[in-house]
Amino acid sequence: MTEHFPVLQVVVPLLAAAACVLLRNRFAARVLAIAVAWTCLCIALHMLSTVLSTGEPISYMLGGWEAPYGIEYRIDVVNAWVLVIVSMIPSVVLPFGSGSEGLDLHPDKQYLYYAALLLCLTGLLGMTATGDAFNVFVFLEISSLSMYTLIAMADSRRAFRAAYSYLIQGTIGGTFFLIGLGLLYQSTGTLNMADLAVRLQLVWESRTVHVAFAFIVVGLGIKLALFPLHQWLPDAYTYAPPRVSAFVAATATKVGIYVLVRFLFTIFGVVFVFEVLEIQVLLVPLSIAGMFVGSFAAINQSSVKRLLAYSSIAQIGYMTLGISMGNVSGLAGGLVHLFNHALTKGGLFLVVACVVARLNTDRLDDWAGLGRKMPWTMAALVVGGLSLIGIPGTVGLVSKWYLVLGAFERGWPIIAVLIMLSSLLAGVYVWRVLEVVYFRPRPADAPDVEEVPLSMLIPTWILIGGTIVFGIGAEWPSTVALQAAQSLLGVGP
Amino acid sequence: MSSFAGHWVYWLSIALMMIGLYAVISRDNLVKKLMGLNIFQVSVIMFYVALGKIIGGTPPILGPGAEGFAYFSNPLPHVLMLTAIVVGVATTAVGLALVVRIREAYGTAEEDQIVQMDRDEALAAERSRRVRR
Repeated sequence: MTEHFPVLQVVVPLLAAAACVLLRNRFAARVLAIAVAWTCLCIALHMLSTVLSTGEPISYMLGGWEAPYGIEYRIDVVNAWVLVIVSMIPSVVLPFGSGSEGLDLHPDKQYLYYAALLLCLTGLLGMTATGDAFNVFVFLEISSLSMYTLIAMADSRRAFRAAYSYLIQGTIGGTFFLIGLGLLYQSTGTLNMADLAVRLQLVWESRTVHVAFAFIVVGLGIKLALFPLHQWLPDAYTYAPPRVSAFVAATATKVGIYVLVRFLFTIFGVVFVFEVLEIQVLLVPLSIAGMFVGSFAAINQSSVKRLLAYSSIAQIGYMTLGISMGNVSGLAGGLVHLFNHALTKGGLFLVVACVVARLNTDRLDDWAGLGRKMPWTMAALVVGGLSLIGIPGTVGLVSKWYLVLGAFERGWPIIAVLIMLSSLLAGVYVWRVLEVVYFRPRPADAPDVEEVPLSMLIPTWILIGGTIVFGIGAEWPSTVALQAAQSLLGVGP
Repeated sequence: MSSFAGHWVYWLSIALMMIGLYAVISRDNLVKKLMGLNIFQVSVIMFYVALGKIIGGTPPILGPGAEGFAYFSNPLPHVLMLTAIVVGVATTAVGLALVVRIREAYGTAEEDQIVQMDRDEALAAERSRRVRR
């Protein structure tokens, strides 16, 4: 049984998605989806602990075909870590509330929401688990297509437009990635990642490989919303149903970053990427620009969801910055930020979902005085906001600590200063929200609200509580991330 | 010249790719954008199919009658493209479904008009909020 875990991780949600459609019952579909999400989480945790204890990657041959010919699923510390992050989020988001607030779906059609979400989870887990480059493309499209439909399930026509423009840009990104794969296959004759890494050593001088590299990085850049390829992200996160925003914001871009890391470090190799092509010359300015443009844009938003969406662009900047440092501390900072940002942003979008369930608005002005009306929800907002800034005691500090450390090790003190400056900007936009919520009185004609039920508070606080738990006891995520970074860079512990 | 002519298949797929991308960027009609996207995807499919083909190559099948053939076409890129075609069809289907919903909600599938309607709506909402205060 346990030897089939790498593939069960992907097959279970895939079959469950089909079962949801056959069940045609929203209660049954919901129970099934929650059970599957927790199963995936348990499998991912089991694989992570196995990989951590043995130190050897788990290799699984699909259908028993040998590696370079058949499709291989290869789980090492890095993707076991990402699998845990990706399966953790739906395990919390799916039980949230009654399961369907904010969806523009007739109750008889709500099983389709669970089917789409499980398909999206399949795609994201598959992209992470696979050791075959073309398989990444297939799962990328599975996750993207189901994400477009999830976004379009919101109760507004703007959501259709957001989903449409995401579809256009996402498909261009996916196709660019496909072109890059074609060029790689042309120059090496293999699609297995480990095999590609070996054979690329012989042909890395070829122009074809350089072009392939460019196509792959740009294609993935669109998928992970690297500045300035982030145009789809603000609308998609703003107009999607709040619970979908929570799921997508916490998982989709993270997997995009994982795939980028896999291609840069495992397939193309550190020497080629950082010494021959010098990608840091491109990636560092873009990451810094993303951090500042995202934060400045977030300061000026009147919608809380859009504010969080722009803040995501800034946070993605931190992750790509960590990657582009190319040293253990920086890369570990980027990888631990994957986890921290998934917790923080997932939690914050669930806070928005709580308020939207009560007030049906995410306009900041309408949130005035909510601090007294919904004390627990707003307390979650405070903690999540502090974690975005990187206050000690929250996970936000842990990742920034490693990033600053990495910048100094690399001999880039200016970058360390810029990281702190952009944290100040995060402070400004978080403060704007808190000021409205706590210090502005609730208008006299505003509708009366009360605290949301426990079924919403508990999931929100699991994620938000995680930012404190792992912020104080930071050893677990940072040891795993450090180990992952060491294995990617090929240096001993 | 010989390298240019010898690579005509690649030039063809690059030309198709640019036509497709240009259509996606320049057209206002949402259905035409999707058609551009389709052309773009087809160009990549052509590129992959061309990768596997060798002039004079035969299918890589062993058995009686296969003696004397030295060159084989690689079937793998063609097989990969079966998947890519499925992805393309699914993308087009989802895209067209979204266009139908957009058309129902806005009454038009022209992007410039839709942008204008969204802008008017946002302005009207802002104005009514100010009046309430």
